[in-house]
Amino acid sequence: MDVTEVLLPGVGLRYEFTNHEGDRVGIVAERTGDFELVVYVGGDPDEGRPVVRLNSEEADAVAEILGAPRIAERFADLTKEVPGLLSGQIEVRSTSPYANLPLGRTRARTRTGASIVAIVRGEDVIASPKPDEVLRAGDVLVVIGTREGIAGVDQIIQG
Amino acid sequence: MHSPVTLLLELGLILTVLSVLGAVARRLTLSPVPLYLLAGLALGEGGIAPVPAAGEFVETGAAIGVVLLLLTLGLQFSLTEFTGSLRRHVPSALADLVLNAVPGAVTGWILGLDAIGILALAGATYVSSSGMVARLLADLRRLGNRETPAILSVLVMEDFAMAAYLPLLAVLASGGPWWQAVLGVAAAVGAMLAAFTASYRWGHHLGRLLSHPDAEQLMLRVLGLTLIVAALAELVHASAAVGAFLVGLSLTGETADRARAVLSPLRDLFSAIFFLAIGLSIRPDELVPLLPAALALSAVTAATKLVTGQYAARRDQVGPRGQMRAGTVLVVRGEFSIVIIGLVGTMHDALAPLVITYVFVLAIAGPLLTRLAGAAPLRLHKGHHR
Repeated sequence: MDVTEVLLPGVGLRYEFTNHEGDRVGIVAERTGDFELVVYVGGDPDEGRPVVRLNSEEADAVAEILGAPRIAERFADLTKEVPGLLSGQIEVRSTSPYANLPLGRTRARTRTGASIVAIVRGEDVIASPKPDEVLRAGDVLVVIGTREGIAGVDQIIQG
Repeated sequence: MHSPVTLLLELGLILTVLSVLGAVARRLTLSPVPLYLLAGLALGEGGIAPVPAAGEFVETGAAIGVVLLLLTLGLQFSLTEFTGSLRRHVPSALADLVLNAVPGAVTGWILGLDAIGILALAGATYVSSSGMVARLLADLRRLGNRETPAILSVLVMEDFAMAAYLPLLAVLASGGPWWQAVLGVAAAVGAMLAAFTASYRWGHHLGRLLSHPDAEQLMLRVLGLTLIVAALAELVHASAAVGAFLVGLSLTGETADRARAVLSPLRDLFSAIFFLAIGLSIRPDELVPLLPAALALSAVTAATKLVTGQYAARRDQVGPRGQMRAGTVLVVRGEFSIVIIGLVGTMHDALAPLVITYVFVLAIAGPLLTRLAGAAPLRLHKGHHR
């Protein structure tokens, strides 16, 4: 799934994606911590129809319910500063050749230039993992790099 | 010397009137600025209910109001967002500047204003009310729309242009020999660059110095520093407003966000008093002869802002309806046009009444226009579905 991130100066960020049913969904993350969920329907492709507004507490609750670790957001600031730098999340599937092997064995940075800056494991987040950290099936790797670099790490991990 | 009873009573009545007007404006999603100006006109000399006792307080409050307006403008400015806007929207910003400043300058020239008056009027027609646009976007639930980044980018660039424009205008308006003006502009530009560098390199140090978990401490520290810097700026003829803007610029990150939150009620109070004071400084009968000029200028610059917004939105591949929304939402002028008048003061007879009428028209017409642009086809669409 491709999530586009658009900077809203003075307001915050807008994330946009198309779901499996073809609905186009936008999420406005305001600086104040509030969120607004919109869908783009109807005749005007540029007009978001507001669905719901959430304050930061409600957004946390929804995020927990949906089980999506919001770790990537913490790196959004970093990727904003450097043009061309993106962050992505890559899941280690049980079929991955690197499941149960140390992170260093992937040689991801040497091969792609992209860095694995965190591992999300269930409720835990391992920030700046060392090369000897053993990857497990179900881990989500937070990767920072160019678009090609992130795609490269994805290929390495998925085998 | 008036007794405190009259002072308190008059102030209390003024604030009550302002609160009622503000509530009305909020309900109608209009800018409260024109209503505050109107209240000032009504309360001033030649108005319906003069308030002599509160005059001194209003004058002091107005000075603080400008400082707080510019401080919060500086606080919301972020270098990252500015460079982000710079990457995409330099042509939009140039179109904005040329299309909207030129009609003001030409009008000033036709009315026979001097160079400073022309510069001031050009600035007043150029700058949209960023506060009002942001509020309109939120109230009309347009933050998720595709044209919104283009609108906000244009506003960020305008804020940046103000950073260079305000000190220039303040120094020129303070008069004095030419070398003093040159010196003042150099000092202002130097201070601006220093503030940018400081905020970029050492912003977190300043933030650490000022930030305090306690909201009251944070407010007192930021406000204290701002007023000191504002006074120093005034001392070198660079205007208190510019000094406050610099303090806002050099604060970044979490400290800036928190400072903005604790200061915004104060800003709302004192900026209301500032608008009131501007209204107070004008006699209502001065407005009448300038009415045709103000109306014509409003019509022209509403159209030029519309074109600006459409152009900016088109650069982001937004469709015709989104372009229309972007154009109309930018039409509203407000606080900064009035700040500009506050800076050049009463040295031009025609300028203040003209700009007040101008802001009055566009601060009401702008929000109405953008509501129409958003609402009409939407209703059509709903009908189509149900």
